[in-house]
Amino acid sequence: MSILAKLKNASVAVAIVGTSLSTAYAEDIAITGGTAFTNGGKGKIENATILVSDGKISSVNAGGDVPSGYRVIDASNQWVTVGLMATGTTLGLTEVPLSGSLNDATANKAKNTIGLDVTYAIDPSSTLIPVTRIEGITRAVTGLSSTKDYWLGQGAVIHLGDGFDLVEKQGAYIGLQIGEGAATKAGGSRAALWQEVYAKLEDAKPEPETDDKDEDKGEKKADKKKRPSAEKKALKRLFKGETSLMVTANRAADILQVIRLKKHFGFKVILTGAVEAWRVADELAKADIPVVLDALESLPQSFETLGATQANAGRLVAAGVTIAITGKGSHNARLMPQNAGNAVSNGLSWEAAMDAMTVGPAKIFGLSDSYGTLEAGKDADIVVWDGDPIEIMTSPTAVLIKGNQIELVSRQTKLRDRYLEITRSPQFKK
Amino acid sequence: MTALKKPRSRFAVSVLTAALLAAGIAGEVGAQKRELVTINKDPFPSSYTRLESAPILITNATVLDGKGSLIEDADILMQDGKVKRVGKNLKAPKDARLIDGTGKWVTPGIIDVHSHLGVYPSPGTQSHADGNEIGEPVTADVWVEHSNWPQDPGFIRAAAGGITALQLLPGSANLVGGRSVTLKNVPGRVAQDMKFPGAPYGVKMACGENPKRVYGTGENNPTLHRPYTRMGNVAGYRQAFADAQAYQRAWDKYERDFKAGKDVLPPQRDINMETMAGILAGEILVHMHCYRADDMGTMLDVMKEFNYQITSFQHAVESYKIADKLAEDNVCSAMWADWWGFKMEAYDGIRENIPFVHKAGACAIVHSDSEEGIQRLNQEAAKALADGRKVGVDISKAEAWQWLSLNPAKSLGIDKMTGTLEKGKDADVVLWSGDPFSVYTNAEITFVDGAPVYDRTNPAFNPVMDFELGQPGEGDVE
Repeated sequence: MSILAKLKNASVAVAIVGTSLSTAYAEDIAITGGTAFTNGGKGKIENATILVSDGKISSVNAGGDVPSGYRVIDASNQWVTVGLMATGTTLGLTEVPLSGSLNDATANKAKNTIGLDVTYAIDPSSTLIPVTRIEGITRAVTGLSSTKDYWLGQGAVIHLGDGFDLVEKQGAYIGLQIGEGAATKAGGSRAALWQEVYAKLEDAKPEPETDDKDEDKGEKKADKKKRPSAEKKALKRLFKGETSLMVTANRAADILQVIRLKKHFGFKVILTGAVEAWRVADELAKADIPVVLDALESLPQSFETLGATQANAGRLVAAGVTIAITGKGSHNARLMPQNAGNAVSNGLSWEAAMDAMTVGPAKIFGLSDSYGTLEAGKDADIVVWDGDPIEIMTSPTAVLIKGNQIELVSRQTKLRDRYLEITRSPQFKK
Repeated sequence: MTALKKPRSRFAVSVLTAALLAAGIAGEVGAQKRELVTINKDPFPSSYTRLESAPILITNATVLDGKGSLIEDADILMQDGKVKRVGKNLKAPKDARLIDGTGKWVTPGIIDVHSHLGVYPSPGTQSHADGNEIGEPVTADVWVEHSNWPQDPGFIRAAAGGITALQLLPGSANLVGGRSVTLKNVPGRVAQDMKFPGAPYGVKMACGENPKRVYGTGENNPTLHRPYTRMGNVAGYRQAFADAQAYQRAWDKYERDFKAGKDVLPPQRDINMETMAGILAGEILVHMHCYRADDMGTMLDVMKEFNYQITSFQHAVESYKIADKLAEDNVCSAMWADWWGFKMEAYDGIRENIPFVHKAGACAIVHSDSEEGIQRLNQEAAKALADGRKVGVDISKAEAWQWLSLNPAKSLGIDKMTGTLEKGKDADVVLWSGDPFSVYTNAEITFVDGAPVYDRTNPAFNPVMDFELGQPGEGDVE
C-alpha cells in the first residue's frame, strides 16, 4: 500500500472539489493524538494519526507526521473508533409513528411482502438521522417492522451522512418473523406457519439438475399469476448467497427450528429477537448463525420470552456466536452504546461489546469490505469521543461519515439552544 | 347533573345500597338517634410489614446523602428499619452484618413515580392488562391498587436496579384515570402487603393526544364522542371539578345540618366524586400526564381556577420551554432522559429537559413509565447530567441524585419518611458496585427498611415470583 500515492491522489481531489464541509469527499483530514481502537474493541493504538482522504481512511499509525494540506482534528486525550452501526431500526422510514406522517416501516396492506424493498421509502431528510449520527452512529440497518403476514420484505443498510443517497446496501436481508404473532397470521399454529414457510422456500429453491430452458418454462407456468417478480428475485438472491434471511424468533424451541431451516436450505441466516438464544447458544455457534439482539431484555413479557435475561449477549459470545447489539428502535437507536454497556455489566467483555456495534454488524450484513474497522482503504466513518464510547456520560466530539465531518447539530440541539435561556418569544431565536 | 356525568348513573342504585351497608346505617334507619356518617378514607389499609434483618453497617463507602452532598469514606448504619447514622468510624452493634463498602457507593433508594408494574405485568397477556379503565373519560372511581398483581416479576427486576419505592399509576387514556398507589418494593401475597404505610393517595389525570384519540372516535365513548379536541379535554376536567364542588357542598351541608341537630340522612356516596373532591381538599395528589408546554400552561390555570395543586406533570417532554412557570407554581416535572418523537406531542423532546428544569429552580424527577426503564433510572439521570453539563448546566452528581429520590419522595408526599439518608428515615438504601453514574455499575444490594430485598452478590437469596417458578430462567436476572 503506497500512502504517498494515495496522498497524491487525495490532493488532486481536493484541488478539484474544494474543501467545504458539505461537499462530498472534499477534505483531507488528519485525526491526531487520540487512543484509537482500530478493530472493534481491539487494535488499540495510542497517539494515533489517522489520515482521511477521498472519503476513505488512507493510513492509521502510531504517531507520525501530518502531511501538509490536511485539516487536523486534535483528538488528544480522547478516544477514536469507527463510526458505530445500528441494527434493528426503521431509520429513514418513520418520523412520528403514532400520530404524524405515514410510517413507511409498516406495510400492513401490501400484497407482496417478500419482495418489498425499503430503499424506495427512505427519506434522507428525516430528523431522526441527525439525532442519531451526532451520537456516533454512522450506519444503520433499516427495514420493515410489520406487514400483513410474517415476511418483512428486504431491508437495507444505510449511512447517516449528508446527501440524498444514503443506501449502502440494497436487499441486505429478507425478513421473516417466527413466533406467536406470525403463527396467528398463518392460521393459528406454529405448525401451520412452518408449513407455509417451507412451502414458499421449497418453491423458490433452484433445481440444480434441471436445464435452464425447462426451468424457465416451469416457472412461467407456476409463477405467472402467483408470484410477483420482486419476490422471485429476492429469493433467488437468497439461494445464491447474496443476501441473508433474517429471522425473528425468541423461544428456544423456535430458534432450534430456525437452525433446522438453515441446515435444510443452506442459505445464510441471521437470528434476531433471540431472547432465549442463550439456551441454545452452542447450537447457534455450530450452525454459524449470528444474532442481532436487544441486550436489555430481562422480563418474561410473553410465553415465548420466559427465559429473558441480560446475560444473553455475554453467554452467546462465550459460546462463539457473532452478535450485534441494537439500540432502542429508531428514535433511540442512539442508545446502542448504553445497551452494550449494560451487556458489559452483565457478563460481556468490553471488547466484545465494541465488536457488537462495529465489526459484528459489518460482518453480519456483509459490509466488511468497506466498513467496520479503522484501516487503510475502508470508508472513513470515524468518531472521536470524549471518553470510553460505551460509558454513559461520554459524547462524540467529532463524527466523520464517509470522510465528511458532519456538524453536531440536530433539530433537538436547535431546540436546546433556543431554550437554554427562556425568553418571551423564543420563536425569534434561530 | 351534566352530560359528562350521565353514563355513571347506571351505578347509582348499587352504589347507594353498598354505601348504606358500608356506612352501617341500613339497620339504624328509624332508630332514635342517628350517628354522623363519615366516609372511611382508608378502606384498603396497608398490610406492609418490614422484612427481618440484622442491623447493617456499610463502611468506607462514597455516600450520596440525597440532600445534595457527597461524603467520601463514610459509614452508614441501618437498624430497626431506619437510618441510624451516617458518618465516619461508626461502631457496629453486636450481631450487625458488616459490609465493606470500599470502592462502592451508597445512595438513597430510587423512587419511580411512574410505573405500571403489577397492572401491566409480565407476561403481558390480555388477561393481565389491568392498567386503564378506558370506558369513559372520567374514571376517578377506579383505584389502581385493585389491579396490582404482586407476582409481577418486574418488581424484582426493579429491585435489582435499586428501586425501593414506586407509584403505580393508571393509564393515560382518560381525562381522570383513577387513583394511584405508592408501594414499598417488597414482594407480598396481596397487593396491600406492598402499600407504603402512610403514603397519601394520588390521582392520574391526562392532557393532550391520548384522551382525544381514545374518546373522540366514539369507539370508547359511543354515547358522547367526546372529548374530540384539546378544548374538549379541558371542558371535561373543569366539569368534573365543578361536579366535585357540588358534591362536597352536599356533604358539608349534611354535616352542618347534623351538627345543628337536624334529623338528616347523608347524601348518596359517589365513588367518582369522592376522589375528585379529595383532590380539591388537597388530600389526593394530582399527577398529570402532559407533554406539551401549552397543555401544561392551560392546566396551571385550571389548577388556579379550582384551587387545587398539581403535584407533578408526568412525561413533561416540553417542560424546558416553561421551566420558569413550573418553578413559580411549584409543580414537579417527571421526565425521561431521552424518549421522544413517537407521537406529535413528544416531537420536541430534547436530552437536556431534566437539567434545564433543574436549572430553573423547578422540581425535576427522573421517571420510567417502563418495566425496562425502571431497572436503570440511575443511568437516565447520568445521561441527563452529562447532556446538561455539555451546554454549561453544571450540576453535581450529589445534586442530581435528588431527581431519583428526594424529589420523587416529595411529589408522592413521603419525603418525611424516605428519600434521603437522614437519621430516623426509613433505611431505603442502595449499595452500588461503584459510581452509579457509570453504565458498568450495578446495584449490588437494595435495602428496603434496612433489609435486603435484592442482593446481586447472593443470587440464592433473591426472590422469584410464583409465575417464574418451573419456567425457563426462573428469575435469572443477571
